[in-house]
Amino acid sequence: MFAYVVRRLWQTVPTLLGVVLLVFFLFNSVGGDPAYLLAGKISNPEQIENIRRQLGVDRPYYVQLGIFIQQIATGNFGASWSTNEKVSEILATRLGPSLTVLVPMLVIQTLLAVAAAMLVAYVRGSLTDRMVMIACTVGQSVSILVYIIVFQYVLAYQLGWFPVQGWGDNLAENLFKYSLLPVLVGVIVSIAPETRLYRSFFLDEINQDYVRTARAKGVGEGRVMWVHVLRNASIPIITNVMSQLPGLLTGEFLIERFFSVPGIGREVLLAVERSDFPVIKAVTIYVAIATMIVNLLTDLLYRAVDPRVQLK
Amino acid sequence: MIHAAAAGSRVPQRPESPGLWTLAWRRFGRDRVGVASFAVVLLFFALMLASGLGLVAADWSREAGVNYAPPTFVGPAAPERRLAGPESPRGDGAAAANPVDPLAGVLAEIRAGEGGKASKAEVKAPTLVFGGDRWGRDVLKKAIKGTETSMFVGLAAAALTALLGTVFGALAGYYGRWIDDFFNWFYSIFTAVPYLLLILAIAAVLNQKGTMTVILILGLTGWTGIFRLVRAEYLKHKVREYIQAADAIGASHLRRMFVHILPNVSHVVLVQLSLHVVLFIKSEVVLSFLGFGVGVDTVSWGSMLNEAQSELILGYWWQLAAATIAMAVLVTGFSLFTDALRDALDPKLK
Repeated sequence: MFAYVVRRLWQTVPTLLGVVLLVFFLFNSVGGDPAYLLAGKISNPEQIENIRRQLGVDRPYYVQLGIFIQQIATGNFGASWSTNEKVSEILATRLGPSLTVLVPMLVIQTLLAVAAAMLVAYVRGSLTDRMVMIACTVGQSVSILVYIIVFQYVLAYQLGWFPVQGWGDNLAENLFKYSLLPVLVGVIVSIAPETRLYRSFFLDEINQDYVRTARAKGVGEGRVMWVHVLRNASIPIITNVMSQLPGLLTGEFLIERFFSVPGIGREVLLAVERSDFPVIKAVTIYVAIATMIVNLLTDLLYRAVDPRVQLK
Repeated sequence: MIHAAAAGSRVPQRPESPGLWTLAWRRFGRDRVGVASFAVVLLFFALMLASGLGLVAADWSREAGVNYAPPTFVGPAAPERRLAGPESPRGDGAAAANPVDPLAGVLAEIRAGEGGKASKAEVKAPTLVFGGDRWGRDVLKKAIKGTETSMFVGLAAAALTALLGTVFGALAGYYGRWIDDFFNWFYSIFTAVPYLLLILAIAAVLNQKGTMTVILILGLTGWTGIFRLVRAEYLKHKVREYIQAADAIGASHLRRMFVHILPNVSHVVLVQLSLHVVLFIKSEVVLSFLGFGVGVDTVSWGSMLNEAQSELILGYWWQLAAATIAMAVLVTGFSLFTDALRDALDPKLK
């Protein structure tokens, strides 16, 4: 087990190096000279030279790459180009609001989608199943933007059930007042594709021999579905849920922007608009690291759920 | 092919057994939902071509109606409602003079170009078929133009991504060893960064808008899923007997990869291509909405939704409805078509 973890961590090194190279190439080579971006319209050659020296972009590429790796290792990405706030500070303060919205969203959507998928898989082929699947296909084809715009307009602006947007100071207020509508929209948007996906996972299991055996020895339908089938279908479900965990770190771009949640997603969008490269670089690298750690955890979790899984 | 023809000439009375594509086509024809959704997709495709060639909606930017002209089936706006609106229905010029509108300058320029022809004395219709936008442009025509943009971006980006995914997957799966390691490394890099974040990062770096830019961003980042599937197929096929036979008659590596194996895995690519069209149409809408997508003088469903957002507060719902309906119909049609395609090409899957 320990040897496995060490080996897996060692295997992430080339990938991480690749991500670093990709980000470095994107922002230092494709992006053009950042000094021109920073200097703006009113600039003269000395100013640009000055900025270039401050950023270190007048140095050879390998020195710049060295600086970048040092930044990643120490977590010190310098200051934002537009607000001069420290990047580490930005990420630390924006993570809370993102999680306040995303954690309830992920929990609710997963529970609802698993329950709904199990139900329609149980009555597969029936009218209910077909109606739900058609509703999911149509619901999935409407852009997330439309859901946000319409829900915000109808539920918050017209009916006044929720605040239109905003964010408070304490967790309880944020959780039970401001994040209600964002969570609702997020759950509604994601429930359709997830139900379809999980339904196919359940259908793969529901015709297996062990299900018939369980029924034959007199196990109740509830126990067959919730214990036997669910446990066996849980591996792909876990994969899907775990693959969404790194997304907690990037926030939900559109929802955060519309509902003025001061989270990481909104910060990234602002950074893209302002060409604030340090913020984007930092988020990209950290999320890549998080993704690799989550992938490792997922594999360990498989082992816990299914003892047949061999870690090699 | 040659063998089949030779065999056919020798035994002409024997009926030819149907091939994969014939069987798939027959299965597809029996799937009523599939055929109907295919018709919808074809209809949109024809609309895209017609709009691209300038046959329909070529004059979408003409200010045909009054500002925010309601749809004909709703009837003309009541006068007090129009006065209560934030902008008086005075026609062009004054309406655009919003100091915080970042597009005002560009749009004024565009309209100045068009405005030369459309004289100020032109009579503005009080209603339009599906309503008008802020400048009285026909929303229906905008939706058609948006269909052209969004669908073209989806198709072109999906084609690019399928090409990359297939070539990478073929090389990795066929050659194996260090080439496989290299492409897997490449794959792990692209999948380590969440899709939307990667797209946004590239958009930030390129810092230029345009249809081509969006196609490149989506096409160059989206190949990972197809790569993995194609690679797995090549791993499976390269050890089969027909490839050994091809080797024995001296077929080159490239010929074995793309002439012998590719037709046998192309159904996987086709289904994935179709899936990615839907994914990319959705992504383009989000990118254009955020302002990182197509240029300001191009209509896309995303830019329509962007305008619709502020219009809705004023009670003008038709632009939102037009973009939403157009997109929902195409995406639903395309998704059902993809499902039918998969069922037809891979009958074992169910």
